[in-house]
Amino acid sequence: MFRARSIQSSLSIKDKFLSLDYLLIFSIFILGLVSILAMYSTDGGEFKYHTKSHILRFFIFFGMFLVLSFIQIRFWHSQSYLIYILCFILLLGVKYFGLTSSGSKRWLDLYFMNLQPSELMKIGLILFLAKYYHRISIENINQIRFLFLPIVVLIAPLILVATQPDLGTALLIAAGGLTVAWLAGVRVKFFAFSGLAFLALLPIAISFLKPYQKSRILTFLNPERDPLGAGYQIIQSKIAIGSGGLFGKGFLQGSQSYLDYLPEKHTDFIFTLFSEEFGFFGSLFILFLYAIIVWRIVKIGNLTRSSFGKLYCYSFATAFFIYVVVNMMMVLGLLPIVGSPLPIMSYGGSSMMAIMLGLGIVMSCKVYKDTPVN
Amino acid sequence: MLSPSSGNTVIKSKLIGRRMFLLTAAKTVVLVGIVGRLVSLQINERKKYKTLSDKNRFREWKLAPERGVIKDFFDKEIASNEQVYQVHLIPENSKDIEKLFVRLKTILNITDKKLFFLKKIIAKQKPWEPIIVSDNITWSEFSRLNLFLHELEGVKPVVSVARTYPDNSSAHILGYVSQVSAKDLQTKTYLKELHVPGMSIGKTGLERKLDQEIIGKIGFQRYEVNAFGKRIKQIQVNEGQAGKSFKTTLDFEVQKFTSELLKDKAAAVCVMDVYNGDIISLVSSPTFEPNEFVHGLDKKYWNSLLKDKMRPLTNKTISGLYPPGSTIKTLVALSALENGVIKPLDTFRCKGKIELYGEKFHCWEKEGHGIVNLRKGIQRSCDVYFYEVARKLGVDRLYETAKKFGLGKKVLSGFIEERAGVVPNTKWKKKFIGQNWYLGETLHSGIGQGYFQSTPLQLCLMTAQIANGGFEIKPRILFDKKNNNLRDYIKYKNENPNEPLPTDLLISNFELKPLFKNQEHINLIKDAMFSSSNEPGGTSYRHRWENKKFTFAGKTGSSQIKRFTEAQREAEVKQESLPYKDRDHALFVAYAPYDDPKYAISVLVEHGGSGGKAAAPIAKKVIKKVLERHDLRQRVNSLIGETI
Repeated sequence: MFRARSIQSSLSIKDKFLSLDYLLIFSIFILGLVSILAMYSTDGGEFKYHTKSHILRFFIFFGMFLVLSFIQIRFWHSQSYLIYILCFILLLGVKYFGLTSSGSKRWLDLYFMNLQPSELMKIGLILFLAKYYHRISIENINQIRFLFLPIVVLIAPLILVATQPDLGTALLIAAGGLTVAWLAGVRVKFFAFSGLAFLALLPIAISFLKPYQKSRILTFLNPERDPLGAGYQIIQSKIAIGSGGLFGKGFLQGSQSYLDYLPEKHTDFIFTLFSEEFGFFGSLFILFLYAIIVWRIVKIGNLTRSSFGKLYCYSFATAFFIYVVVNMMMVLGLLPIVGSPLPIMSYGGSSMMAIMLGLGIVMSCKVYKDTPVN
Repeated sequence: MLSPSSGNTVIKSKLIGRRMFLLTAAKTVVLVGIVGRLVSLQINERKKYKTLSDKNRFREWKLAPERGVIKDFFDKEIASNEQVYQVHLIPENSKDIEKLFVRLKTILNITDKKLFFLKKIIAKQKPWEPIIVSDNITWSEFSRLNLFLHELEGVKPVVSVARTYPDNSSAHILGYVSQVSAKDLQTKTYLKELHVPGMSIGKTGLERKLDQEIIGKIGFQRYEVNAFGKRIKQIQVNEGQAGKSFKTTLDFEVQKFTSELLKDKAAAVCVMDVYNGDIISLVSSPTFEPNEFVHGLDKKYWNSLLKDKMRPLTNKTISGLYPPGSTIKTLVALSALENGVIKPLDTFRCKGKIELYGEKFHCWEKEGHGIVNLRKGIQRSCDVYFYEVARKLGVDRLYETAKKFGLGKKVLSGFIEERAGVVPNTKWKKKFIGQNWYLGETLHSGIGQGYFQSTPLQLCLMTAQIANGGFEIKPRILFDKKNNNLRDYIKYKNENPNEPLPTDLLISNFELKPLFKNQEHINLIKDAMFSSSNEPGGTSYRHRWENKKFTFAGKTGSSQIKRFTEAQREAEVKQESLPYKDRDHALFVAYAPYDDPKYAISVLVEHGGSGGKAAAPIAKKVIKKVLERHDLRQRVNSLIGETI
């Protein structure tokens, strides 16, 4: 205990600054700038509402990310359960006081912004489970009674989010939680069993799906089923990306997007827009930036000595990776349209806030990598 | 307490690291998959998607070109274009369409039925696509509309161009234009490239014949459109090209004059230059109003045209088929002379009828013409003389001559409404009727009855070719500077039969095909026609011109509709007392002036009775009109010659 404290107190402000991961910060910053360019293009080459608000959010949350980096890892560890519970309460709040938009109830009106608690839950669940598996000993991990709590904390928010309805976010939250459990060493057979159970429950789940969700899955299987209806988004997105070619149509020249053939271009289809305007090489550049970010987070996980830090960093890196690839596969026509934003690039305050919060915790793992959490 | 916990941590770390490694491997696979997909979409299939993207992006709106005009010989426009005032409406721009229509009704003359129709269109199409509320409003309506325009949001006054015909005298030969129909699109291949929605095309007559060239080249406006089909910006405009204009050989003044003469009759007149085949006039009566067809035909008017017994929609000059009657006698005589069957002075005795195998063949003159030779036979139009000649000649030899002179085949090209008619012979009857030829039918053919069918234009051509000395000409309706000196050529040839041609006549590249073996025979026929019109006893003697300038030589004819019964013949029933539809068609063919033939004419009056009474007086007046304008025409001809 004493030694730990001495290590911690030996860190000067200068040391803290030096121990920041500048490559990670730089990559995030560049990605932020790219996202501003893309947003500027969705506004038709003018500084309109979306661009302005995106710039504001990016810099606010980027600042928040830097500030959070200096908060001790011990704080995040100790407050993990509380953060999860807070997120859960907010989700409950959505259920009763939420704003409804285009058929689903996802937002809380906080006057200065509309908060989407399901985005925060992505981080909250990872934190909770990272702490949980940090605390229990390795022998207990695969004991049934120790599996009970994780299942509950996983399922409870899932039900709330899926019934908003927001199937995409629910699945992404689940992906983060399952990653922690997997990394902590939960046996493959438990995943296999729950997978089987999931399959068994699937018909029941499908009966709960809204008609538009069913049609999305059918459309994914055959986009030409209804080219003007449900298949329209996938077809137009593929046309936009494909017509971008090697070098793209040029900045602000994406005809598919500015002529409104592209749906949801600010949010889910922002990658499509960028890919149309900057082509194959532009797309590779974005992929490269994301790869660096994931790589740096994993690297920080490697450096961190605490299991909590490792679990958190690895899980967050994996979840982050999943968010990115699910969005890209979706716009490339490899997955059904489920509605998931592309981290940092997509327009949306809550998503930006959650990602920056997650990255801030990662960075604090870096700064306090040698500090025990308890 | 510290060591087991730290040992625990180490084991945990190793476990976590192992599992993370598996995840990283999985991530790499997914990443490669995404890059692969990008390669396939953006590199391998980029052309396909580029095309699809452009297909999304651009849309073309075609622009109808201005139709070419049709002029008469004196460059007067007989089918021209006029500015029309139209009202277009873009529903999207109007806040309250119901209110707008109520307001429009007070300004324009719109029926409720039309309003209902317009609302149906609006419901069908996109709100930013303009609809045509009215395609032809008057100037006063148009100016009133402009005055109240500030109250009529969404309404657009448009000045456009549409076909107009200054007069309906030439309606049949010009034809009319009307909206493209579904059938037109199927049958007319040239419309595949030329079609613009809302465009008019030629449906009959010259308008149809010239359609392909007279429409012009269509232009287009290429717009970039957004996902909702709204035009964002214009990318490219091509104004297209106005259609080619055409000059015809028609004389609009003669057309109007003739049309007036034929008013209230079912009749047809053709006038032709005997040397170059230029058609001066081609009038069919009664006529119709071609302007009615341009802006959507009124159903009532259309039905009245269809029901009219005088068939105003038929161009009788080229689509009307009539037995040539006695007008064919000129050819029967010529054929007999050419084939050496008769000599000009051979005579037959006409006692009013002859009998053949028990069947009686009557002459129109019940008392008979007495001793008749060729000249008298034509002058008096003696049927018995021609029964005898025809019997000697045989129908197959008559067939050869008639075909040579242009009967039984189409004489113009490109008019779908033109009909060929029939010149019968033994083979024809076998083929189309399936029976053998009877000698009695030869006798009927000899006076232009029976199976014979010809159009007034064919009879006019026949007469013109006799008048010019027996040379083949090709009738033409479109002006062509070629062949203008055929007249000089023939004259020179007639005057100096054995001398080589002067160079200026050699230059012109026309073919000269004589239709005779001996030109003397042609002259005999011409002389006989002169006597028919200008010597006492001739069938059209009463309607001759004394003035040498206008003197014509002609041949009357009446084509029988119903055979006279013996009882009617005994009772000397007059044509005038028969019901209209049973009366004979009156025919008259002529050329003028006699001593220097310039024009040939054919006149038909349906159910007019005898040719001498009904058709010849019309021919007389038209001949005078045409000859009076001859000098003017020559002057224009020489002017054109100089400018070339």
